[in-house]
Amino acid sequence: MNKRKKKVIGTTLVLVSPYKEVDPLKQAKKEKRRTIIRLILIYAFLSIAGLVCVFPFYYMVAASGMTQDEITSGKMVPDLLSFFDNLATNYYETFTRLNYMSHVGSTLLIAFTITIFQVLTTILAAFAFARLEFKGRDVLFIAFLATMMVPGELLAITNYTTLSNMGLTGLNQNAFQAFLAVVLPLIASTFYIYLLRQNFKQIPNELYLAAKMDGTSDWKYLWKVMVPIAMPTLITITILSIIGQWNNYVWPSLVVYNDDYTMISVIIRKGYLSLQGQDGAPVLQYAWQMASAVLTVVPLLILFIIFRKYIMKGTSRAGIKG
Amino acid sequence: MDTNKNNYKAWLYLAPVLVLMAVFTFFPIINTIVVSFLKDYNATTGAHSGFTFYNYAYILGFAERYEGSGVYNRIFFSFEGPSAFWNTMFITFVTVPISVIIALLISICIHNIKPLQKFFQTIFFMPYVTNVIAIGMVFSIIFSSTGVFNQILRLNVNWIGETSATWLSCMTVLCIYIIWTALPYKILIFLAGLQGIDQQYFDAARIDGASKAKANVRIVLPLLSPQILYISVTSFISAFKEYGAIVGLLNRSDSSVAVAGTHDLYTIVYYIYDMMKSGNWAVSSQFASAAAVILLIVILLFTLVELRVSKKMVVY
Repeated sequence: MNKRKKKVIGTTLVLVSPYKEVDPLKQAKKEKRRTIIRLILIYAFLSIAGLVCVFPFYYMVAASGMTQDEITSGKMVPDLLSFFDNLATNYYETFTRLNYMSHVGSTLLIAFTITIFQVLTTILAAFAFARLEFKGRDVLFIAFLATMMVPGELLAITNYTTLSNMGLTGLNQNAFQAFLAVVLPLIASTFYIYLLRQNFKQIPNELYLAAKMDGTSDWKYLWKVMVPIAMPTLITITILSIIGQWNNYVWPSLVVYNDDYTMISVIIRKGYLSLQGQDGAPVLQYAWQMASAVLTVVPLLILFIIFRKYIMKGTSRAGIKG
Repeated sequence: MDTNKNNYKAWLYLAPVLVLMAVFTFFPIINTIVVSFLKDYNATTGAHSGFTFYNYAYILGFAERYEGSGVYNRIFFSFEGPSAFWNTMFITFVTVPISVIIALLISICIHNIKPLQKFFQTIFFMPYVTNVIAIGMVFSIIFSSTGVFNQILRLNVNWIGETSATWLSCMTVLCIYIIWTALPYKILIFLAGLQGIDQQYFDAARIDGASKAKANVRIVLPLLSPQILYISVTSFISAFKEYGAIVGLLNRSDSSVAVAGTHDLYTIVYYIYDMMKSGNWAVSSQFASAAAVILLIVILLFTLVELRVSKKMVVY
């Protein structure tokens, strides 16, 4: 009832307004001024938020060219005269103390191994789910999707025990065992299988039937027709997988016992970048730490700039199903 | 005949994934749940003495620890003082709503401008591809007691110092950091949603005399509701599992014994991983399993409630 009344008032207002003497020019001017104020507010808000967003990146680079004293005195802009000298020494110390290149090497080895096997197994599984008919296909696919709801920590608890029972973890673990312990549990990915299956499903079924008529085998059809068509998705999966491994912290920090074999994200937070203080306790060298952060983040930013299109596509596609 | 042949071939295609998933996904789900109900379970030998609810009672604070049931001195659940459970809840219910609102504001603003739109889009998406540990270190230096943040605001607060910071100051910085890392993905999804909204709706609203702000609230929010639902489900799940940000920012993950007076802000996941690192895994895995099952239940319950609520709220 009440609602009705309001509506009536609303319509009368619209009817009355033309009779009100308003100068259309004045009205337009007012409108324009309002738009300009609105735009100024929007740009101001975005600029401030953007600054907050970018500040940690700026500070990371700036601080990697400072001295310990400059950082602990809260300096925001490095001294330009000594910046490049500091930069050189800080990065030199970080490279040698962390043994940076060797950890990049093992990280890349793990990342590429996981990615290659992940892409291969994903292609095979996605093809089976998208094109082949078999008993229990839908039930199995739903079971696969359901595992995405289970937190990884629940799996990690048993996997940690399994790997140690397999003899892959422990204090006298060698490089190959450490490698296997990290790689094995991370190969199968239900999310990528889901992503690729959706893509495979979009390829018209007629193509498949026509190929069958011509006597093309499933295997040949998969590699000669489907994989090339789905290449953009496969590139997205590859990039996301490599980035994921570069950032992998939890699993290697659990199953790799020897710091020499561990991955980049783990080693930068280990306290190797400290000097003996006056009382004998280690003092973290902030500038070196910032240099190590730059060395970890910059490769990612480069990847992001080159493959922006693919990364954004992959991440936003995940959202569309919602 | 043909379907039969296809049948066994399909299983061949699935075999690699199935073998890996059987060992590292399906078996662990069952095993962890079973272990959480085992009494005196030993992870190394596999020995146990029957089924029990003791593990749950113990971590929820209903039962005392008895001799030989594993030594671990962090608290999972307690009404007195911080505990893993309530820390997790606090982080979730503070960071998720704030980051969703900020992300909505930023994406609506970006959507409403023409010049520099691509530029701002890139700026706000930059934190998405970064390393949570590395940037956590940057935040920890920015918020150190002699760091830039105090310097800029002329403050003298010990935000995250190892021994003298308060729980609230540590938590504030942690939440700021988590919100910072959580924004880009949300902005990306919201912007994609906004670009999908037909311009006609806005034109119609303008003709009807609605102000820009009103149009944004009345048109954008309902039409964006599927994205908002998706984002809130996924970000609640990931906030319940917060771990990397804490290690990156506070780096107190390697001590199995909590130093008196430090605020580790351990979450449920932190509690689980810390048990693994504490070197007493053989006897403590049953408690970690119980904690993980509780986490699973919390996530499932929450997602169900959200889907139920969304049936009323999501417009299409």
